[in-house]
This record gives sequence, structure tokens and C-alpha cells, in this order.
Amino acid sequence: MMQMHPSSMNMSATDWMDAAHSTGTSIMAAEFDGGVVIGADSRTTTGAYIANRVTDKLTKVTDNIYCCRSGSAADTQAIADIVSYHLNFHSMELGTQPLVETGAAVFREMCYNYRDSLMAGILVAGWDSRKGGQVYSIPIGGMCVRQAVSIGGSGSSYVYGYVDANFKEGMKKEECVDFVTNTLSLAMARDGSSGGVVRLGIITKDGVERRVKLGTELPKFYEG
Amino acid sequence: MSSIGTGYDLSASQFSPDGRVFQVEYAMKAVENSGTAIGLRGKDGVVFGVEKIVTSKLYEPGANKRIFNIDKHVGMSVAGLIADARQLVDIARRESANYRSQYGVSIPLNYLNDRVSMYMHAHTLYSAVRPFGCSIIMGSFDPQEGPNMFMIDPSGVSYGFHGCATGKAKQSAKTEIEKLKLSTMTCKELVKEAARIIYLVHDELKDKNFEMELSWVCEETKGKHERVPESLYLEAEKSAKQAMEAESDSDTEDM
Repeated sequence: MMQMHPSSMNMSATDWMDAAHSTGTSIMAAEFDGGVVIGADSRTTTGAYIANRVTDKLTKVTDNIYCCRSGSAADTQAIADIVSYHLNFHSMELGTQPLVETGAAVFREMCYNYRDSLMAGILVAGWDSRKGGQVYSIPIGGMCVRQAVSIGGSGSSYVYGYVDANFKEGMKKEECVDFVTNTLSLAMARDGSSGGVVRLGIITKDGVERRVKLGTELPKFYEG
Repeated sequence: MSSIGTGYDLSASQFSPDGRVFQVEYAMKAVENSGTAIGLRGKDGVVFGVEKIVTSKLYEPGANKRIFNIDKHVGMSVAGLIADARQLVDIARRESANYRSQYGVSIPLNYLNDRVSMYMHAHTLYSAVRPFGCSIIMGSFDPQEGPNMFMIDPSGVSYGFHGCATGKAKQSAKTEIEKLKLSTMTCKELVKEAARIIYLVHDELKDKNFEMELSWVCEETKGKHERVPESLYLEAEKSAKQAMEAESDSDTEDM
């Protein structure tokens, strides 16, 4: 998702000097048998300039809930921080870990109430004992919907067909990891504002496992 | 009463020299004047029973109920001043509705209990207010969490219970409840026990007329709190009356 700052409309060579940072992005989350896999590319752009090529767009909210951020880097970081504070406070009051559903509701509350001033498309994913692995999508505007698989960011538009064709419910863990890696590689190859490495997170009852696929290790597809 | 005339009982914000807050103790006295309310927590849900004393034959039947719905999955029965209790019902309902809109799921009972007991406790701290003249029992059932039940006193103190009683006959009701094997019993069985206990502890000599209220929140109701169906109510009432007769028969044999 590119942030269209007024001055970045003219394609001058110095547009990056005053354009806002945005996570022009490919992000993804998918439920599998026993948990969820989340994934993202690693490119942060300021106009045409790559401000960071090893960004981590998978952000921890609580021990069992992560979010994938797309849109304005500043907005989504701030939201993630605030939601993280709320949920950690709430887990102290409850004496248990908050549900993923609850986490998604707190994100939704922020994204909806401040929809006129925010640019944020967020995927909330995690595991809890009540409903197992879950993915909630909160696009711009502040809707919140549970999906078995969800993709987001500017790169996602290139791979909807691939996801529809290849996603299966109740996959095994490694099968799902490969599916996410392939989808993101395809999105990164087509989308100019996505790229770098693929970052992955696997959330199950045992906690979170983080992985990185370097640019050289990514699967190759037809590049014509 | 040692508290009267000392001046230490005029405000909820002042201790007596021996460390008591008399206004809170008076509030507990208000609860002891009320009809008995009991809560029974079985293996598949919670049952509430209330002895509602009717002080005039001119009242419509079913007026001034003492069992309330707080949320879909939470019920509350009260003993004490009914007007005070309704204030707490309103607070509990708002608290549950807020939780649902903020967090997208129904409120956990232990959290609701914390909130309502904090609210009640806040009314024992200031001279401008008086404590609530009621005890409340809250119960809920969740298919995954199971049944839960808490009772809060006018002081704001609360405990989780398997079985509890409050109101004028709380002592004899508790003695009866202690005889039950609560954690192995189903709500269907407990509804009968609740009716029996309410009829047993009712004092015919002091309070002539009363209405019994019965409600439950359990597996059978799919986790919803509601009054027990009329057929079950009548069945429970009938067996409660039979148990009373059996009891009075055996009493006369002893003599």
C-alpha cells in the first residue's frame, strides 16, 4: 500500500525527501491444523526510495497474538503499541491471556473510531484455547471479519487467484508455511513496493516460532 | 446495640475505635430482613431460588421480581432492599454491554464480579453515600469454562461459591445446601432441591404469603439465563410441598 502524499504524485527524483514512510506491503495470515502462519515481505518505502529493506511487519501484541501491518508505518506502529498496552492491562485484570477475538475487537475499535485520520490495514492472528488458530482482517475503515486465510497490502491484489486456488482448510504446519512463502514470493515478484526477505511467524499452543526466508532462498516462478 | 449514640455510626467514612464501619453492618442487617435467596452451582450450570415475601394481598402476582437477567449468559438474584438492588442490576448490565462492545465477546463472570464488587465497595468509603442494602448472587454458564457463581456482600467483599444463601433464613438454607453433593448434580436435580430448600426455610408464622422464583443458566438452556419452564417449576413446587408434608408427618410421629 503506497501512501499517496501530494508531492509524491509528481515523479520527481527527490519525491522521497518529503513523502511519508509507508509499508508498501504484502502481508498474509492463514489458519492451519493447530495454529496460524503469518507472513510479510520486508520493504518500507518513502516514495520510490526503500527506507528499510529488512523491516519486521509482524508485530507482537501479546504472547499469543500478533498482527501484520500494512499502510502508514507510523499509524500502524502507534496502533499496535496502544492495542498491546490495552491487552496487557486487560490480561492482568482477567488473570488469563486475552482471546484473539478480543485482540481483534480492540484493533477494530481504534481503526473504526479514528478511520478518518488513519491509514492502516491490519491482520490480527493468534492462538487461544477457545477457538484455536484464528485470523481476523481489519481493512481500512475499521471493519472486522474472521477469515480462514487473509491477504493484505498492495501486493495482495496480484495473488488473490493463487490463494483461492491453493488454500485448503486444515493443512499441516509445513504445508501451510510453504503455501504462505509461495504466495508472498509471487506477490513480491509482481508488486514494485514489496520485496526483500519473507518473514514468517507460526503461532500454536506452544508459542511463536519465527523464521526468515532470504531473498536468495525464495521459490522461483515464471518471471516473463 | 453498642453502636448507637456513640456517633461512629453516622457515616460510612468513619471507623469506630475498635475498627468497625457501622454503616456497613447496618446494611447487612437490611439484608437479613429480606426473603431468602439461594444459588446452587452444579456440574452443568447454576440454579437460583428466591423466596419473595408478599406483604399485601392487593399486589399483582409477579411484581417486584428478585431474579434478573444481566446478560445473555449471566443471571443475578438479590436479597435486601429491592430499589438498591435494581441500581446494581443496572450497573452490572451496563458493565456487560460495554465489555461486549469493546472486546467483542461476552464478559467473563469473574471480571463482572470484580467490577460490581468494586462499585459496591466504593459506597463504603464516602460520607456522602450509604452502602448498598443488599447482597447479590451472580451466576453464569459457558460451554467451555463451565459454571461459575459469586456472591457479593454490602461491604463489597465477594467469594466464588458452589452453593450460597443470603437473606433472613440463610443459616438454615446453608445447612441444607451443605448436605448436597453439588459438583455431581445436574441443574434439573438442583431446581427441585432449590424449590425444596426455599419452601423448607420459609417461616409460615412470620411471613404468610410468598412467591417462589426459580431460574437457571445451564447446558439445557444453551448457556442462557432464564426462568425455569412452567412445567418444571410446577413439578419442583409440587415435590417441595410433598417434602414439607412428609417432614411434618414425621414430626408428629415423634411426638
